Amino acid sequence: MNFLDYAPAPESQAILNLRSDYGLFIDGDFVAGRGTPFQTINPATEKRIAMIANANEADVDAAVAAARRAYTGVWSRLSGSDRGKYLFRIARLVQERARELAVAESLDNGKPIKESRDVDVPLVAAWFFYYAGWADKLDHAGLGPNPASLGVAAQVIPWNFPLLMLAWKIAPALAAGNTVVLKPAETTSLTAMLFAEILQQADLPAGVVNIITGAGDTGQALVNHPDVNKVAFTGSTAVGRAIARSVAGTDKKLTLELGGKAANIVFDDAPIDQAIEGIVNGIFFNQGHVCCAGSRLLVQESIHDEVIDRLKDRLSTLRLGDPLDKNTDIGAINSADQLRRITELTAIGEQEGAERWSADCAIPENGFWFAPTIFTNVSTSHRIARDEIFGPVLSVLTFRTPAEAIAKANNTPYGLSAGIWTDKGSRILAVADKLRAGVIWANTFNRFDPASPFGGYKESGYGREGGRPGLAAYLKPAPSRPRPAVSAAAASKTPAARKKAAK
Amino acid sequence: MTSSQLATRPAPRDRTVALLGGEATDANLRRYLHGIPGIDAVGLEQRAADLGSRSIKTTSKKWALDTIIGLIDLTTLEGADTRGKIRSLVGKAITPDAGDPSCPRVAAVCVYGDMVPHAVEALGSLHSAGTDSGINVAAVATAFPSGRSSLAVKLADTADAVAAGADEIDMVIDRGAFLSGHYGLVFDEIVAVKDACKRPDGSHAHLKVILETGELNTYDNVRRASWLAILAGGDFIKTSTGKVAPAATLPVTLSMLEVVRDWHRLTGEKIGVKPAGGIRTSKDAIKYLVTVAETVGEEWLQPHLFRFGASSLLNDVLLQRQKMTTGHYSGPDYVTID
Repeated sequence: MNFLDYAPAPESQAILNLRSDYGLFIDGDFVAGRGTPFQTINPATEKRIAMIANANEADVDAAVAAARRAYTGVWSRLSGSDRGKYLFRIARLVQERARELAVAESLDNGKPIKESRDVDVPLVAAWFFYYAGWADKLDHAGLGPNPASLGVAAQVIPWNFPLLMLAWKIAPALAAGNTVVLKPAETTSLTAMLFAEILQQADLPAGVVNIITGAGDTGQALVNHPDVNKVAFTGSTAVGRAIARSVAGTDKKLTLELGGKAANIVFDDAPIDQAIEGIVNGIFFNQGHVCCAGSRLLVQESIHDEVIDRLKDRLSTLRLGDPLDKNTDIGAINSADQLRRITELTAIGEQEGAERWSADCAIPENGFWFAPTIFTNVSTSHRIARDEIFGPVLSVLTFRTPAEAIAKANNTPYGLSAGIWTDKGSRILAVADKLRAGVIWANTFNRFDPASPFGGYKESGYGREGGRPGLAAYLKPAPSRPRPAVSAAAASKTPAARKKAAK
Repeated sequence: MTSSQLATRPAPRDRTVALLGGEATDANLRRYLHGIPGIDAVGLEQRAADLGSRSIKTTSKKWALDTIIGLIDLTTLEGADTRGKIRSLVGKAITPDAGDPSCPRVAAVCVYGDMVPHAVEALGSLHSAGTDSGINVAAVATAFPSGRSSLAVKLADTADAVAAGADEIDMVIDRGAFLSGHYGLVFDEIVAVKDACKRPDGSHAHLKVILETGELNTYDNVRRASWLAILAGGDFIKTSTGKVAPAATLPVTLSMLEVVRDWHRLTGEKIGVKPAGGIRTSKDAIKYLVTVAETVGEEWLQPHLFRFGASSLLNDVLLQRQKMTTGHYSGPDYVTID
């Protein structure tokens, strides 16, 4: 027998208790949407999982109104420690239902179960735990004493990490005292609806979080709603630009986390085996559907051939197939649209003269799949070196000197992340200092932690998520009051007043 | 490795001179070994953990369990070992599961040098004695486990075990010399022991070189010691004596497998790997099989290229095997003690 053809080890779907239809989650309840419902499919089989409600403008209005009522009536009046209790409760419920959430995520998104189980869901819980701890410590968010929440936050998230992006958005917003209307991506609404059930389980006051489903027009109606105070968006640069345009001139606060074309720079003294792993993890994690993916490999000329040889060997061991199989490394592409875009861009790569190599793996008959692919002989002017492919496709470029590596790494309209591989600590610091990217990994890649801020330079967006900056993005300084004429007596009272406020 | 393959391997010293571009001195070896790319510990451990998370079920698990048994060096290395203990161990090696004659035999028994005659006697016609079938006798030698004696004593220890019928010699390197940078000394000693493995008919007992990774401290050292042992002619590189903690770990074994893979790329030769000590459960052993198959290839899952140095592992594998056959768990009284 061939040991490496591991026997199927599928994670059971029996743990799921899915409904056939999901409504909108508004004001603490599931309600029917007024638009035409649409189906969410399993990208690995193209079979329908459930019908999802479609929110029209009236639904968006209702959701924002519910969020406003909850904000003024309940959430903004709760103490930080009480908000924290809800967040802790949500975090624990996510842990309790971790397996269910992981299975649902892989089913709906196509990502391998080992990733949803070991990365996505544990990080979701970690995000809620982390921001739960912040809820009663807002004085330390960096905005001075008694910072104020913003109000109603409109949040629109992408399909690549459906539940994790939801956590990145909701956790800091609630900790800071805002209420939320969130719209998941059209192709991946399922886990957001399971999360809504968790909110009911946690007894979160009605309207504090509202989840509305639908396509781009629903999202547009949400961010354009006049009663929204904050817009947070993660997704494509094109949509981000449109949002920035529509929010301009209003007093809505905005954070955008957009595309990327990260350089993963491998120097000739790199720990080679770990660098290979890092390259693989950088671009083939989550089928390359990662905004901070290391999609441009910059490898020092002297080790180029060796790196490519080893990389091809390693890619040949990756297992593509059933996302629910515990041994699957590469799952399904999320949608037919995305597969079309990847196919199109890789065809352009070949036309422009880059050399294509794809791992030899059997592609299942149904569903959307793309074999891990690398392009060598790529020059900086090729589209595959410029455009975000958002798929399992790596473009390999070379460099001779550190200066050249830095110049090439920065030569992109994006600036979300970058990686540096070298055994020399001083070189890590020197190169990191000159890279214009929000996140820089040294001798690792695609590692996330709630305490670490994440966000981009240039067309990768603005604002930071995670850590203290991620909290501050949902706060404003305490409203300044007219200062009373200062007398010696009044001044002596200040410490007491401050003490009272801190309660 | 069969004896014919051994005969085709070039003399270690000549090849090392060619690779190093000079004699195998401390300085030349240092230049070579320190020129090998380093290891990032966090990344290595992450990769080992990933490999350990593979899910091996049903038919794959059944195959894995049988394969593990066939890769075991069933070991007893106690001061209290007796002839009776060795006979009992050999009995277990021949018939691991008294209730199931279809159960495969282990690869070898591993004993102290003075116990080799007893093991050979107990095996009788089942002793492989240089052939590709049957069970091998492996002897630890060179002042195992510390390696602290003169070269003459180490060589006599080795020659003695080979003369008594040992098919494999498990030697220890001089860790003191290695850590203080005397790579040439370590190299020369391995070459000399390899020479002492020679039988009168010109064939060799296979040489396993124990690095005692628990005393080497860094993965970079493990990698350098692996290269050094292979350059000097070791047929196998082995993690540990089992007398020092930590013994075999998955990341350490992975780093050694990577050296073996790279050596194969460089020379086309296949070197064996033996993690020893600390592997007690089927679950752990399966992680090693996965790591071997995904790092150097499935071909390495054969007794001439991979071994487990273990004693209690066998019974856990047998219990798992029984469970797969009968569908329910039995207990420790349903497998024999050796």
